[in-house]
Amino acid sequence: MTETVLEASNVVQVLGSGAGQVQALKGVNLSLKCGELTLLMGPSGSGKTTLLSVLGCMLTPTQGTVRVRGHSTEGAGPEDLARLRRDHVGFVFQSYHLFPTLTALDNVRLVLDVRGERWRAAIKRAKNALASVGLAHKIKAYPRELSGGEQQRVAIARAIVGNPSAILADEPTAALDSENGHAIMDVLAHIARDPSRSVLVVTHDPRIVPFADRIVRIEDGCIVGEERRGGEGRVAEERGADEKRSVADERARVQRKWAQG
Amino acid sequence: MSLALKLAGRNLFHDRLRFIATVIGIVFSIVLVTVQLGLYLGFGRMVTTMIDHASGDLWIIPAGTKCFEDPSLLDERKRFQALAVDGVVDAAPVVIGFADWKMANGGTTPVFVIGSELRGAVLAPWNVVAGSVEDLSIPNAVAVDQSYFDRLGVNGLGDAAEIRNQRIEVAAVTKGIRSFTTTPYVFTTLDRARAYTGISAAKATYFLVHVAPQADIERVRRGVRAALTDVEVLTTAEFRDRSRAFWLFDTGAGAALFAGALLGVIVGTIIVAQTLYSSTKDHINEFATLRAIGSSASYIHKVIIWQALLNAVVGFAFAASIGSAIVQMTAETALPILVTPALTIGLFLLTVLMCVVSAIAAIMKVTRIDPAMVFTR
Repeated sequence: MTETVLEASNVVQVLGSGAGQVQALKGVNLSLKCGELTLLMGPSGSGKTTLLSVLGCMLTPTQGTVRVRGHSTEGAGPEDLARLRRDHVGFVFQSYHLFPTLTALDNVRLVLDVRGERWRAAIKRAKNALASVGLAHKIKAYPRELSGGEQQRVAIARAIVGNPSAILADEPTAALDSENGHAIMDVLAHIARDPSRSVLVVTHDPRIVPFADRIVRIEDGCIVGEERRGGEGRVAEERGADEKRSVADERARVQRKWAQG
Repeated sequence: MSLALKLAGRNLFHDRLRFIATVIGIVFSIVLVTVQLGLYLGFGRMVTTMIDHASGDLWIIPAGTKCFEDPSLLDERKRFQALAVDGVVDAAPVVIGFADWKMANGGTTPVFVIGSELRGAVLAPWNVVAGSVEDLSIPNAVAVDQSYFDRLGVNGLGDAAEIRNQRIEVAAVTKGIRSFTTTPYVFTTLDRARAYTGISAAKATYFLVHVAPQADIERVRRGVRAALTDVEVLTTAEFRDRSRAFWLFDTGAGAALFAGALLGVIVGTIIVAQTLYSSTKDHINEFATLRAIGSSASYIHKVIIWQALLNAVVGFAFAASIGSAIVQMTAETALPILVTPALTIGLFLLTVLMCVVSAIAAIMKVTRIDPAMVFTR
């Protein structure tokens, strides 16, 4: 049986206070399992980001429970939540949130530095993480010297370098063109193949649906649908004869491009 | 290298203009504090310079004397009473007083006369650069400091003037014996000092007691106190402290200097706090990202404290250089600024403290940071 990494049970999240109070999540149940790439889709204001914040241990739910690798966030203070994030969750953000004054290597190493890992070992791991996303040759580059796609790959390297159980990505392709968006999703899909990890991607972008193992739809703070996908072959079939380029083809093309630098 | 330190440095140097403004604020603040406290130390040392250069174990002073320059008088008989106390080897009289120095060209200026017996050099001039202390035994001889030549209308050895209608002649010249009152010191023999100040031969301002080598100073002091009335018997350290306390605190001069120093610290703290706070606000996304990737609050505080410490080190380096130049410039003035190694260390610690305290507002800002904001920015 596949191991559950993150689990939300009957999560209610109330945001704001007084007249401005909003119930952003209304009894959400969701679990993320290892080896899966889950897409969380829904219209603006549906509660996607709030759910991501709750699952990512940035918010404690008003009601219900969230468990990360069996650890409940119930009653956790800011430092406890930070520890859970540090130990179990990696984030990829829409606008990358890289540190402009640090190199790609230092941006990635930062995750290990906040854990107190020794710098020599941290540098080695950060280099490996960057190499795994095809950026071994850009370790000394600053974010301003990288393209949007490269910056997002640095952000992914940062998310995976601490070997977290869950990678939570918020609109990771929104700021990228189609080609770079596919490349990023390819990397995330590859990460999701790891049987010890789960990847959740919040998105509006229908172009990345083919990469999903599972699609969860949320509307008005409630999960309204869930769909399991059968893998890459099925994706190609569903997309029809006019959209024959499979994910595998796309991956091969992107890998060729990376190899060319 | 710790990434917290690297990040702090990059945050600071990223906005060079703000960094320069911060450093200028620190420099102004610390230079102001240096000058004020340096003046305090210089003044404190200057007001006790005569006590520091007198040789003796105990001072017999008129009761209620506030400082060295306080011109009350003691009866000469008390000297003999003191000499009769067991353990007292000598009780050398010292006479001080104001007088008018009449220049050869006819002008006059007030001077502060100090007279003591040349034997034993009780309170003889020091830093003699022309002539000698022994030359004061020549009739009419006095010693003056070269920095007051213009004021006294003399050019060096052999030049003459008058005090109380008595001819005097410069027989020794000192360097650096300056008075904080700006009234020139004139050293001479005990008898001539009495003559120049109009003090009776049966009077003296102080008696400087020399205690026998094996005697217990405290026991001798008790003996002198018991034998003499209407006097106080102080150790050199006690008389120094009393004089310093009078000039620095009873006159309000020290309080004014401390107030200036405090103002410097307050201004510096506000400037650094303001710039650190605005720097933190500018980097709030980065701090939120740090929090989002799981950094503890203490790690973020470390980054801000590093920023404060870097500010402190760079600011202090410039301030110390400027302070050192000011010290050099004032070395030959009437009131030199004195910066001791202890003061330098104290100023550095003050700079660090000031910058760390300044970080409090920034730390409070990031402590309240919501990591979820990274999703909305």
